[in-house]
Amino acid sequence: MKHLLSTRDLSREEAITILDVAEDMAEVADREVRKLPALRGRTVVNLFFEDSTRTRISFEAAAKRLSADVINFSAKGSSVSKGESLKDTAQTLAAIGADAVVIRHGSSGAPRVLADSGWIDAPVINAGDGTHEHPTQALLDAFTMRRRLHGAGSRGRDLDGVTVTIVGDILHSRVARSNAWLLTALGASVTFVAPATLLPIGIENWPVTVLYDLDRALAQRPDVVMMLRIQGERMHAAYFPSAREYSRLWGLDDARLAMLAADTMVMHPGPMNRGLEISAGAADSPRSTVLEQVANGVSIRMAVLYLTLSGEGGKQ
Amino acid sequence: MTETILVRAATLVDGTSTDILVRDGHIAELGRAIFASADRLIDGAGLIALPGLVDLHTHLREPGFEQSETVLSGSRAAAIGGFTAVHAMANTSPVADTAGVVEQVMSLGDRHGYVTVRPIGAVTRGLEGQQLSEIGAMANSRARVRVFSDDGKCVSDPLLMRRALEYVKTFGGVIAQHAQEPRLTEGAQMNEGTLSGELGLAGWPAVAEEAIIARDVLLAQHVGARLHVCHLSTAGSVEVVRWAKARGIDVTAEVTPHHLLLTEQLVASYDSRYKVNPPLRRDEDVRAVREGLADGTIDIVATDHAPHPVEAKDCEWEAAAFGMVGLESALSVVQASVVDTGLLDWADVARVLSRTPAAIGQLEGYERGIAVGAPASFTLYDPSVSRIFETTQLRGKGLNSPYLSTSLPGRVVTTVHHGYATVLDGELVEAEAVAAAARAFDQAGARNG
Repeated sequence: MKHLLSTRDLSREEAITILDVAEDMAEVADREVRKLPALRGRTVVNLFFEDSTRTRISFEAAAKRLSADVINFSAKGSSVSKGESLKDTAQTLAAIGADAVVIRHGSSGAPRVLADSGWIDAPVINAGDGTHEHPTQALLDAFTMRRRLHGAGSRGRDLDGVTVTIVGDILHSRVARSNAWLLTALGASVTFVAPATLLPIGIENWPVTVLYDLDRALAQRPDVVMMLRIQGERMHAAYFPSAREYSRLWGLDDARLAMLAADTMVMHPGPMNRGLEISAGAADSPRSTVLEQVANGVSIRMAVLYLTLSGEGGKQ
Repeated sequence: MTETILVRAATLVDGTSTDILVRDGHIAELGRAIFASADRLIDGAGLIALPGLVDLHTHLREPGFEQSETVLSGSRAAAIGGFTAVHAMANTSPVADTAGVVEQVMSLGDRHGYVTVRPIGAVTRGLEGQQLSEIGAMANSRARVRVFSDDGKCVSDPLLMRRALEYVKTFGGVIAQHAQEPRLTEGAQMNEGTLSGELGLAGWPAVAEEAIIARDVLLAQHVGARLHVCHLSTAGSVEVVRWAKARGIDVTAEVTPHHLLLTEQLVASYDSRYKVNPPLRRDEDVRAVREGLADGTIDIVATDHAPHPVEAKDCEWEAAAFGMVGLESALSVVQASVVDTGLLDWADVARVLSRTPAAIGQLEGYERGIAVGAPASFTLYDPSVSRIFETTQLRGKGLNSPYLSTSLPGRVVTTVHHGYATVLDGELVEAEAVAAAARAFDQAGARNG
């Protein structure tokens, strides 16, 4: 694997390889010394044009557990404003000798531009680009589902027949996009639930089912309910009338939680707006995988760094 | 003294073979085996003689953005593309909203001499969409402006658009509208559809163009004014214009070469060379604009030549500037998209790239095409060759062409403007020689007039 830019271009086999390597990485976390020498002497740059402490420290922990050196480059203010351009930043990192670039950028496609540009020859890992994709989030979500379903027997398994309902601001969500491609590639059935204003035009051409009514979606007893963070300011752009109405119609409250089967997974990519898209009761219930997702995120990112930097995993 | 040129055995757009004798800036004689002495003999065998191409939509960037293009560099890009006249859009700095700016742009064009530069005046002061610019002063200036446009921005205020349509009637002018409903396109990055949803790029919906065109044709009908629609790009827009023409509304429309050839699928690479406004659309839109051009719903092809410095495109998609250069490649792209596909013949090309744009811009001398007594502005084009389009074929300052490294048919071999050559053997005649020929033409004109 040369880069990880999106889940759109991952085959089922490639995805399972990443998940299986992540299982190996997870075992490291259970050891006394939680560190592998795999990437000793290699330099990983976390290039963050957008603030995201959670994703950055997850990548940082992953790189450090593989013994890589980590540089955190917070390029606040994208090139649209007065900051340094993506090109100059990339060339600077190349000159410093970065062996891999983990990039978070507010502009969709920026990781792809970086990978194709020739400004830097290092592997590029997309840590979230605009409203496009967030592939490591989808991989850690799939990993979490697989572990809950198959436990120690997860290796080699896909998500065939698993039903996943993703609720919220699909239009602006890179997590929803990456999950739609990855989960369906792994054999899961994906349903999006949102008001029509928060669904992209052309959604009928995606490999997903779309419902407006959350209660109807939950009545179908999905295996997984994934709640997306809703940004309150969306109501100012007339996507919905008020936070209260949104919460009432599309929030996972305690009453809806009670409708779910005992083994239904409740997922959230974080950070959560408790009381808006998810109630405290749902977030803290045994069904919730929120903290597992965080822990698994490190294993997935170790796997991705290992596969891109070690040159294993075969084709580009 | 002006040059005498004799072209041997070129093919006119009706398929007949003829010699062309150019003397004193005019076509002196047409026919087989003309017997005359000439300063310059050009072999026209295998070449199509097209009347000089006229672009109704060019961004020359001067004054104000000379790092992107100048009147000289843009004129050279035009000449190498077979053009002999361009209409320079008003979004310069200062904006072309006064007689002073339009006269300056025109005289720069005249002095360099590669093409006739016809300035387009801004509809509203500073392109701000608040109050009308000095339309009368520009119309009555030495530049005799007849086309007014806020291109780059839409005159979105319906009352202001109504007044503009009415006011330019006074001076026999036309409003060229950039049809883009601003609220529906806030932050828009590409055509809105399934692909924009997948790529996570904010959508530019077809309805934002079609709604403005629908409103404007109804306004034009109501006040009895003439309307020109810039760079129409969607199947729905073609339908609206077709409906308006059927009702007898006085509307003309243009399409760009890139909207005739390219689709939104190119955006999936996030390569900012494909970022343009209006955006590249779907396959079915490309088919519809081709058919609209073939059936006369769309009147002309205009380039929307939009040069940018390298750094404006060498970045992530959202940060990149909108626009593509188009003058150098226009004729080849028209050949690839509508001639080689059998929709248009070369007589149609002469109509949509020369006669009709000149008529809309009220530019004289293009009514009869290549005819005895007409001003000698024409281009000799070899449609039989094919070439890999590269930056070496660009002559303006902008390198932001979407066709780089792709194969395009045809090549402009010679361009003659006002009776003197601006392009010979596929290469520009040097600037000093062209400027001297332009001066000689002006002096002869002053003597004769």
